Amino acid sequence: MAIPIHYTLSNFKSRKLTTAITIAGLALVVFVFAAVLMMAAGVEETLQATGEPENVKIVRKSANGEISSIIDGETQNIVQTLPHLAKGEDGGVLNSREPVVVINLTGEDGGFSNITLRGVSKGFGPMRPNVEIIDGRMFNPDLRELIVGEAIRSRFVDAQVGSTIDFAGNDWLIVGEFSAGGSGFDSELWCDASQMLDAFNRGNSVSTITLKLNQASDFEVFKTAFEKDQRLQQFQAQREQDYYGEQSEGLAGFIRVLGIFVTVIFSIGAMVGAMITMYAAVANRATEIGTLRALGFQRRSILVAFLIEALVIALAGGVIGVALATLLQFFSISALNFQSFSEIAFSFAMTPATVISSMIFAIFMGIVGGFLPAVRAARLSIIDALRG
Amino acid sequence: MSALIQVKNLSKSYWREKFEIPVLNNISLNIDAGEFLGLMGPSGSGKTTLLNMIAGIDKPSDGEVVVDGNVISGMSESQLAAWRANNVGFVFQFYNLIPVLNAFGNVELPLLLTKLSKAERQQQVETALRIVGLSDRIDHYPKQLSGGQQQRVAIARAIVTDPVILVADEPTGDLDKASAEEILALMERLNKEFEKTIVMVTHDPRAAESASIVHHLDKGDLVKEVVQ
Ligand SMILES: Nc1ncnc2c1ncn2[C@@H]1O[C@H](COP(=O)(O)OP(=O)(O)OP(=O)(O)O)[C@@H](O)[C@H]1O
Ligand SMILES: [Mg+2]
Repeated sequence: MAIPIHYTLSNFKSRKLTTAITIAGLALVVFVFAAVLMMAAGVEETLQATGEPENVKIVRKSANGEISSIIDGETQNIVQTLPHLAKGEDGGVLNSREPVVVINLTGEDGGFSNITLRGVSKGFGPMRPNVEIIDGRMFNPDLRELIVGEAIRSRFVDAQVGSTIDFAGNDWLIVGEFSAGGSGFDSELWCDASQMLDAFNRGNSVSTITLKLNQASDFEVFKTAFEKDQRLQQFQAQREQDYYGEQSEGLAGFIRVLGIFVTVIFSIGAMVGAMITMYAAVANRATEIGTLRALGFQRRSILVAFLIEALVIALAGGVIGVALATLLQFFSISALNFQSFSEIAFSFAMTPATVISSMIFAIFMGIVGGFLPAVRAARLSIIDALRG
Repeated sequence: MSALIQVKNLSKSYWREKFEIPVLNNISLNIDAGEFLGLMGPSGSGKTTLLNMIAGIDKPSDGEVVVDGNVISGMSESQLAAWRANNVGFVFQFYNLIPVLNAFGNVELPLLLTKLSKAERQQQVETALRIVGLSDRIDHYPKQLSGGQQQRVAIARAIVTDPVILVADEPTGDLDKASAEEILALMERLNKEFEKTIVMVTHDPRAAESASIVHHLDKGDLVKEVVQ
């Protein structure tokens, strides 16, 4: 039978400080680990929430982002003849032909950041029901006017309702602030598409077209018709949400790889800390180990008792680290999404997968840090241990 | 009938780097069941080493140790551990109680290696603590007890499994005179009343008086046997 668990737990009480410091070290690493995963999940959540399930986005196949996509006027007309497209009150196909560019804004800290500027067509309202004006008013489509997403207004001195921004040789007045329900659009500036095409001298070639289906389930039929059309071979149609979801993969993957690389390095420190603590525990309790062995406990019982001790420390560190990381959900940060070349604001998102991975990571550190000391304890000869 | 404990031509040396240090030289010794044997001798004469061999926590370099018909010097390490759990009670000079366990927890430890139920264990722990006169200290921790009381808890731990032999290495070595006498009286009672076979190492001639037979060791040789 094994050495009782309350023996393990009671030993913590007799060396509170070293145990607490070891737990704190492990908790810190788990916190950073969980924060990285939450960051990546936050990027995904934000971009996957961008767009409507009924909307279809048309882009040029060769483009790896909206700004590098170009769609000429003829193609814009062809796609509107495809089946299952929703119509507006005036009987025309609902569509938003959107030029997209990246402009520079001055941040609160004085540095520059890239911001996506999107021109939207006059009838975009029914296609983007989640977009609402929360301050000021909608832009006038006949004027050089802008509305600003709620996630960027607080971060850029230039981006205030009432201020003007200078680009494409014109002064643009910000007349309102909009909310797009926490999605990626909240990190953008919007204006009227034709004002933008005019200012940038782009004729009528836009970056993307967004169309609305009668029902989300019509997509497969629509896509088949789209792909059959010889004139549309250079373009691709995707659900709007899938398109933005894919845009998140690069950034989320980058955060994960870099972040996990950093935490793995940190974790070496925490594991060495746990190892030192456990080696000290073994050295301090040599006589105890010798006594238990003399009484008839097997080597493996000693091994297990010390491994459990390391695991309990690791679990405590894991729980505290995850609990602290949970608090990060109240913070929102921004990062450059290199797929769209512009900043995106997002929140840390705690997911069950993050909790599980973080705890597995903590347990892993406990086992690695505790293993060698536990082996040392189990290998002590009884008489050497009893001599102290 | 053969003796309970038979030490046959036992030699032991330790290796320090490349030098062999002989500690025990060809020792033979029989201990009958119910005997209270004292081992005396100068420091470094090999008393502890011989005791460890009899208790099965060290192995001879040559010769064998047979206890109750079992050749313990030939057992594997895990067989030996199981054998000790069932057959040997240990009493150490510095008590060696587990500081984070109370008297009950310490005495219960050897029973965790048996198949006894929780209730049976509790009953045996209480009996052992009653025999050593510490029923009222069952939930005290080692640091809340005097040296003599700690040694009595250690004796309770040694007898709780009702082992065949008790081994004690200077059990009074760390105690004042009054406590030492209490412990010796207790050991004598365990020997007479409970018929425990005891092997006790001691420096103290007064302690040796409790034993029924005393063997003297000098530089690894048995030099004298005194029957009392
Ligand atoms: N594990 C060991 N490795 C090397 N030498 C040892 C070891 N254990 C004991 N010795 C040596 O063996 C000799 C006898 O030691 P032992 O502990 O048996 O003596 P002792 O009679 O019990 O002495 P004391 O009265 O001081 O306790 C000593 O010289 C000691 O240094
Ligand atoms: Mg000794």
